[in-house]
Amino acid sequence: MKVNRRVVITGMGVCAPNGIGLPEYYNSLDQGVSGIRFQQELSDLNFGCHVAAKPYVSSDILNNYFTPLQLKGLNASGLVYGVIAGVDAWRDAGLEKAGKETPDWNNGVIFGTGILGVDKFREAIHVLDAGNVRRLGSTAVIQTMASGISAYLGGILGCGNQVTTNSSACTTGTEGVIMAYERIRAGRAERILTGSCSDSGPYVWGGFDAMRVLPRSYNDSPEKASRPMSASAAGFVPGSGAGALVLESLDSAKERGASIYAEVIGGAVNSGGQRSEGSMTAPNSEAVQRCIVQAVEAAAIIADDIDGINGHLTATAKDATEIRNWALALKRSGKDFPYINSFKDTIGHCLAAAGSLECVATVLQFKHHKFFGNTNCDDLHQEIAEVVDASRIPLETIPFQPKILAKASFGFGDVNACVIFKAMSD
Amino acid sequence: MVNKEQYQQLKDIIKLYLPEDVTEDAIEADSHFINELNINSANLVDIVLDVEDAFDIVFENEDMDKMLTVKDALAIIELKLKP
Repeated sequence: MKVNRRVVITGMGVCAPNGIGLPEYYNSLDQGVSGIRFQQELSDLNFGCHVAAKPYVSSDILNNYFTPLQLKGLNASGLVYGVIAGVDAWRDAGLEKAGKETPDWNNGVIFGTGILGVDKFREAIHVLDAGNVRRLGSTAVIQTMASGISAYLGGILGCGNQVTTNSSACTTGTEGVIMAYERIRAGRAERILTGSCSDSGPYVWGGFDAMRVLPRSYNDSPEKASRPMSASAAGFVPGSGAGALVLESLDSAKERGASIYAEVIGGAVNSGGQRSEGSMTAPNSEAVQRCIVQAVEAAAIIADDIDGINGHLTATAKDATEIRNWALALKRSGKDFPYINSFKDTIGHCLAAAGSLECVATVLQFKHHKFFGNTNCDDLHQEIAEVVDASRIPLETIPFQPKILAKASFGFGDVNACVIFKAMSD
Repeated sequence: MVNKEQYQQLKDIIKLYLPEDVTEDAIEADSHFINELNINSANLVDIVLDVEDAFDIVFENEDMDKMLTVKDALAIIELKLKP
């Protein structure tokens, strides 16, 4: 096989707090429809933050993706979201499941998560602590192993190439896109379903409430709670869901006559090593800037070519630092800064699922000729306004024909990922 | 002699675990769970748990080792249910 091949996106799927399936998700992003809601459960458990963003999956939807046997004892929300998004992306790409006897050796899965099947694990702990280990049944392991999500998808689709789960906190989804890109580019696979998922619920979100990084003053106004880049940003709204993308060699996509959303032209991952101002929970700015610079270099473009950015921008005090890092890395500021948005205003921070959900949304902007707005940023943070002209941070969705978009995600452990997408051209 | 009611109840439990290409009609008293009904060994564990719940009985480890066919399962159920 040739190396350094071109890699394109031919399918996408989402199970998002503000939309299951691409049409609903697009509409919500376009119109600024929030998926953040009041959560009685968090209030009952004495959380400071009573709002969260999670997909609502009806039993009708479940029956479309899972067999009755798979549904028996299924108690892993991230797995549910991931299978829905992953299978949808596969269908969207016009791909079939492999036949019964032989897997497709050229198809792989790189589908990440932070922690899987937390509710199932809790259920198992109660059974175990009562001395009934033999009553666990066969599903406790497959729903709680991190790679459960790639294992389910690999089995449903019949993939015979690499099937694995990556995990790097909130960079997981963006990192997965880069891993899939590199494997296809190197000629080791033709098509890879990549994405990420994150469980819902208090057992995932509790630790963040304890760290006091979730907003506590918007319990009565959930839709206003997530305020990336604003002066009133008060913490990130916890979220969950899954996003998925089918990456494919350009050769394979052309041969199949597949429709192409965009091309992946480069990316970079690194870590700040928890040195300098970097720590387990805070990024080292030098590492963030290097990651962005390296992604631009890997894509063989110049910084001026980027006309839109989707940031990590979680709605904490770190947003201003992130903006400064983009400006320093790209050597662009004021009116010269690219358009920038954060989708966390409507979907919250979906943790391990954030990167994939946001990559899908970023890429949808190519198809629909839009740049999605920032719904809760009418009071732009002063430190951000000093770096970027307010006109570059649209409050509402604008008509726009992006050529090159950059997407970055940053995560606990001081890890970074930045990927560059390009409108399809011959 | 097979207890018809228990046999039907057991069939209803087993059918959920059959692979797509094996129909409910294939379940017979002599059917071997793994070799003939193509039920995977992990799911055999789940069948035992469902049987325990349905008949309010408890399987011992040696019972599980002996349960190779549908008939074996029925024999264990009958034995456990004896007053």
